Amino acid sequence: MTDATHNTARSASITFGQFLPWLVSALFLLVMPLIFPSNAALTIMNQMAITIVFALAYNMLLGQGGMLSFGHAVYMGMGGFMAMHIMNWIEFHELPIPLPVLPLLAGLFALGLAMIIGSFSTRKAGTVFAMISLGVGELIAACSVIIVAFFGGEEGVSGDRTYGLPFFGIEFIRQIEVYYLTAAWLMISAVLMYLWSRTPLGRMANAVRDNPERAEFLGYSARWVRFYSFCASGFFAGIAGGLFAINYEIVTEENLNLAQSGMILLVTFLGGAGFFFGPIIGAILFTLLQTVLSLQTEIWQLYLGILFVATVMYFPGGLAGLLMMHTIPLRLGKLHLLFVPYLKMLGPALLCVAGFVGVFEIVFHIRNAAPGDTEMTLFWITFDSHDVLPLAVSIIAALAGFWLARRVVPELSAAWTAANTPDTERLI
Amino acid sequence: MDLVLINLIDGLVTGLLLFMLSAGLTLIFSMMGVLNFAHASFYMLGAYFAYQISTYLGFWMGLLIAPLLVGVLGALVERYGLRRVHQYGHVPELIFTFGLALLIEEAVQFVWGRDRVPYEIPEVLEFTAFTVSGFAIPAYKVFMLFISVAIFILLLWFLTRTRVGLVIQAALSYPRTVEALGHNVPLVFMGVFGVGTALAGVAGVIAGPVLSTFPGMAFVLGSIVFVTIVIGGLGSLSGALVASLLIGWLTTFAKSYNVRAEDLLNAIGISTPENLDESLWRDLWTITSPQIADILPYILMVLILVFRPHGLFGKRDA
Repeated sequence: MTDATHNTARSASITFGQFLPWLVSALFLLVMPLIFPSNAALTIMNQMAITIVFALAYNMLLGQGGMLSFGHAVYMGMGGFMAMHIMNWIEFHELPIPLPVLPLLAGLFALGLAMIIGSFSTRKAGTVFAMISLGVGELIAACSVIIVAFFGGEEGVSGDRTYGLPFFGIEFIRQIEVYYLTAAWLMISAVLMYLWSRTPLGRMANAVRDNPERAEFLGYSARWVRFYSFCASGFFAGIAGGLFAINYEIVTEENLNLAQSGMILLVTFLGGAGFFFGPIIGAILFTLLQTVLSLQTEIWQLYLGILFVATVMYFPGGLAGLLMMHTIPLRLGKLHLLFVPYLKMLGPALLCVAGFVGVFEIVFHIRNAAPGDTEMTLFWITFDSHDVLPLAVSIIAALAGFWLARRVVPELSAAWTAANTPDTERLI
Repeated sequence: MDLVLINLIDGLVTGLLLFMLSAGLTLIFSMMGVLNFAHASFYMLGAYFAYQISTYLGFWMGLLIAPLLVGVLGALVERYGLRRVHQYGHVPELIFTFGLALLIEEAVQFVWGRDRVPYEIPEVLEFTAFTVSGFAIPAYKVFMLFISVAIFILLLWFLTRTRVGLVIQAALSYPRTVEALGHNVPLVFMGVFGVGTALAGVAGVIAGPVLSTFPGMAFVLGSIVFVTIVIGGLGSLSGALVASLLIGWLTTFAKSYNVRAEDLLNAIGISTPENLDESLWRDLWTITSPQIADILPYILMVLILVFRPHGLFGKRDA
């Protein structure tokens, strides 16, 4: 209790320390295009920014409100479709609307939809909410093929972003202009979402997540708290949709189907739903994996699935949770104790992973390569995939790595305990 | 009238198939409070396992062995996966089963490829059982019907007439008390999970040849199964049966009778607008029932959730 009041008292006045991360991120966003000026890099960064906004919006539900949604792509997709239609109206009716406002309009549209759906879906949390979100998601995704006037059927809705009212002389023809627009909206949305989590309502969302009954006894309606979180989340998801529409100038059914909803759950959970910055890490990492890994291997989604299941089973806090576990050793000044065990673990773990990757890739190559094509390259080594030797080496590497890693575990856990225990002398 | 009969049979087959999945899902849900998102993936595994076995040993061995394999796999997933995640709460459990569904789909694609596999109806059953005024009813459909009904009766007998069934029923409502009486409840959980997934496996084995065996088959049926148990009322076995049949018939009838929205709207006194092509609502007017047959269950679910959140037969608030 004292801790909570202390926290609110501190957040009431903004200190430089709290302001610093935002300043750094803003500078980072400004400088990035100077370091990576190519169009491909800009596209990836735009994709990242959109995913970050979407993942942060999703985490308002999952992390802060404890509501698991299987259909959140609907709000992003619907926002995107609306943005696309407005873009087309601007072109045909010459409406005096500048392009940077578009995400806001998309967000408002998604907000309206979220208010309708949320009116009955937020009645309960947990499994029921998840089910309804899934059902509604499927319903709207299926409608997109039937209601052609709004969803454009199979080919979706496309348009041209350059017809908007020039915004201080910028017409958003070049990729870099779009990047700064997206980055600006990313900053605005992220700051707003962070501030939202600091409002009494944001705090109540946490309370309702942890113990709805107790929150109700305090006089708060758990349902309405959920409803407001849901609407806000829908709004920001809509903004992400608007940004998507501006970037790609086309929105299709793929933007709101179940696969997309599953993707954002994966991103958020991998990054870590427990912390505000978790989804940001998740989105950056996922986009990188998506672009880099998918160029290297055809079965990257298999690896992603394994990674996801392993994360749920062993690190439910996600990557952010894993990082934040180290704050106690850091505070105790004992982080160095973990350094050597980590290094010892790294070798066998890498060997094990490489071994398994080898097995998967070789088997996949044998089964799926064109007949007669037996040559494959893996880890910069070219060999005959039908040979027994590479497969045997991979299996041995995987098993040996696993065995060695198991042997390091006692040392690692001992070091972990030591690093997390304060010095008794210092306490006395 | 004959068409009605045909559709009744078709809908019954679909409905009972759905029930085989939703029965296991409901049992698992009411026991552990976890909705197994990967349930339809076990159904898919059943079909693929049966296909693989049938290439060596024939269809009938596949029917026998594949569900057992799936059941064992399900029990292992419960023992080493779900039980571990259970400590974190219900939402991580749900996320775990979701991840599992993704993983199984990827694994199936990895092992069997992205295209459908040639898993066919056994030759013994490739004849016409009987005809209803010109419409042939294939023997395989009758076989599916027979298997589903047999499993339904077996399940009913098992749950209400055997000792193990009674322990399961008791563990559904008061797990702690049952544990205090000396029964191994975690083992019961594992068993129920195994049996539930094995049931899904059976469904996969017999549905694989008619609905075609491809990596997306879990996805196609998966969400419909969830919708079914939500409509029936979470945790209610009889509700699952009624909802399965309801959905089976609803979709079958909607597909075979071409009802146009325009006629319906005209019938209730709304006239067709003059310039239909320019109207914003033009798609609403041209909708036909076969078009929306597949989304009818979702519409039904939303309606049920709005007006009767417990589902049709649900006792507890879902």
